[in-house]
Amino acid sequence: MSRVFSLQRLFAMLIKEFIQMRRDRITFAMMLGIPLLQLVLFGYAINNDPRGLPTALVSMANDPYSRAAVTALENSQYFKFTDVNVSPSEARSLLRRGKVTFVVTFPSNFAKQAEAGTPNALIEADATDPAASGAAVASAPAIIEKAVASIKQKNPSLKQDLLKSSTIIHRKYNPEGITQYNIVPGLLGVILQLTLVMMTSIALTRETERGTMENLLAMPASPFEIMCGKVLPYLGVGAVQVAVVLSAGRLLFNIPFEGGLLLLIGAILVFVLTLVLLGYFISTIARTQMQAMQMTFFFFLPSLLLSGFMFPYAGMPEWAQMLGETFPLTHFLRVVRAILLKGAEWSEVSASVYTLFLFVGLLLMLALKRFKRTLD
Amino acid sequence: MNAIEVKGLTKRFGDKLVVNNVSLKVKPGEIVGFLGPNGSGKTTSIRMMCGLLKPDEGNGQVLGYDLIKDRLLIKSQVGYMTQKFSFYEDLTIEENLSFVARLYNLKPVKQHTTATLEKLGLLSRRNQLAGELSGGWKQRLALAACTMHKPKLLLLDEPTAGVDPKARRDFWEEIHRLAADGMTVLVSTHYMDEAERCHRITYISYGELLADGSLHDVIADAGLYTYTLTGPNLERFIPRLQENKGVQQVAPFGNSLHVTGTDLQVLKRALKPLEQHEDIQIEQSETNLEDVFIKFMSDSTDNIQ
Repeated sequence: MSRVFSLQRLFAMLIKEFIQMRRDRITFAMMLGIPLLQLVLFGYAINNDPRGLPTALVSMANDPYSRAAVTALENSQYFKFTDVNVSPSEARSLLRRGKVTFVVTFPSNFAKQAEAGTPNALIEADATDPAASGAAVASAPAIIEKAVASIKQKNPSLKQDLLKSSTIIHRKYNPEGITQYNIVPGLLGVILQLTLVMMTSIALTRETERGTMENLLAMPASPFEIMCGKVLPYLGVGAVQVAVVLSAGRLLFNIPFEGGLLLLIGAILVFVLTLVLLGYFISTIARTQMQAMQMTFFFFLPSLLLSGFMFPYAGMPEWAQMLGETFPLTHFLRVVRAILLKGAEWSEVSASVYTLFLFVGLLLMLALKRFKRTLD
Repeated sequence: MNAIEVKGLTKRFGDKLVVNNVSLKVKPGEIVGFLGPNGSGKTTSIRMMCGLLKPDEGNGQVLGYDLIKDRLLIKSQVGYMTQKFSFYEDLTIEENLSFVARLYNLKPVKQHTTATLEKLGLLSRRNQLAGELSGGWKQRLALAACTMHKPKLLLLDEPTAGVDPKARRDFWEEIHRLAADGMTVLVSTHYMDEAERCHRITYISYGELLADGSLHDVIADAGLYTYTLTGPNLERFIPRLQENKGVQQVAPFGNSLHVTGTDLQVLKRALKPLEQHEDIQIEQSETNLEDVFIKFMSDSTDNIQ
């Protein structure tokens, strides 16, 4: 009875925890429902490469060159001409009101310019959201140039000047720029973080808040047993969530599984352990479930923004990158994207996995230390 | 060997001295009432004795185990019932008991659980959630759960707060049965009727032990004299009596008035003017425990202010 760790007591804790989990229907539904719901919702909803953006056309000319250019722009799927042949002032008003994202203007002498080799079209973009217009704007000059060139080819009497400069771009790992390939592996990390940290922190704070912790400690349960009894069930929950998200990612979004599954699962396990321990650590500080929830969100938002899930990590200033390094999610995203999309081997992701291990060790130490102090 | 023998227990939370130099001896099989006003350090003292808290100063033994070194051993042989119901309201009665049985390694679990349910008379309601029980039943469940492992020492922290008189009486019958079987019981309370049911009383106020002994001894040691006044409209005399230095307490009890003081002669003198009222009877009576407690409370400086 006096041993510091007993399997029997851990078993008692585990049974209790599973019964409570099962009985709390809403939480139970959340554990499985949230991952699936968020995956489907965000997986389908978020698109960093938007197409079919509403465009107004201001055309002072009616010539084969501008017609070809308009057709080519529409064929690119980026532009959808919703308002055709409007006056410049009308077009500007549409843009200001947010009815259109672009205004394309062809000057009256567009044909003459084209034949002289200097076609000038004006594209005004609503750049309040750079992500929305960026790709379309970037592709427009080439599209117009090509369209003009193709018309000129039909008239051999004109001087054929081909594209003066050309840049060749290779989009690696995700050649079609499918947003889901980036989003879904990231969502795996985000969903795990949101549910596991919150649930673990709440589960333990609930014991403190309801006074059952005092009773638990007065009975012969050691802090380590209580911790294992709380951590293990949520590791199980995490495992189920991982299975759900990965299967859905494969079936619904055709996410490539380039790397080894074992390596992937191993890495995920370390991440899940980090999260559960983080939740446990929060619960040793928070006195009420409400506080635990607030702390979870306080942690959640910056890690969402700075980890590279929402915005490109490389684009952040150095200090923000350093801050980003302190979030387990940052390291997990590197690992999971590398394995899933690039087919990375152990040697290529080991640094990030070791960092996650570092988090595990640190949190374990802090949690046990804090927990001991809360007894006194 | 005493069940509890602690000396100079002291505990601070930050700057606040919560328990100051408390010493206590409890003999095996005794029921000891641990009394004191709200916030006087009773709960903290009990938590130190059951191994939950480490005292800042002081030492001693509980069930022969060292209070500092053998806290885990103490925990396994002590039953502690918290002030608030602290079993799981979202577990059924049976699940709660099984959980406790497993934690204490009582085997076979099923048999221990069923026996306890039977003893409680809750066999038919075993699948009811503990949170749905009434206050009285919750308390009986808690008592059953913390005596399941047959502890040698039972620590109860204000066990019958908010429980009706019938349930309270049943509860105390159970406590006396357990004590008759050899269990030592320490009960904290501030209900007089509960204190009167104990073999022995200790009074702690803001961390200091003020009285210790049987009900009779504590009342006798207080050195109080009490007169009981009966008659109509006694309230009108209260302000005038309170002005007297020798009168320490004037307390209405139904249709009578208890007038208490430490000096018999002074008290007599104070009551003299009332003798002229023919409808009022004045007679010396026994001091009760409540009078003694009120004296303790007004004597001790309140460190909350």
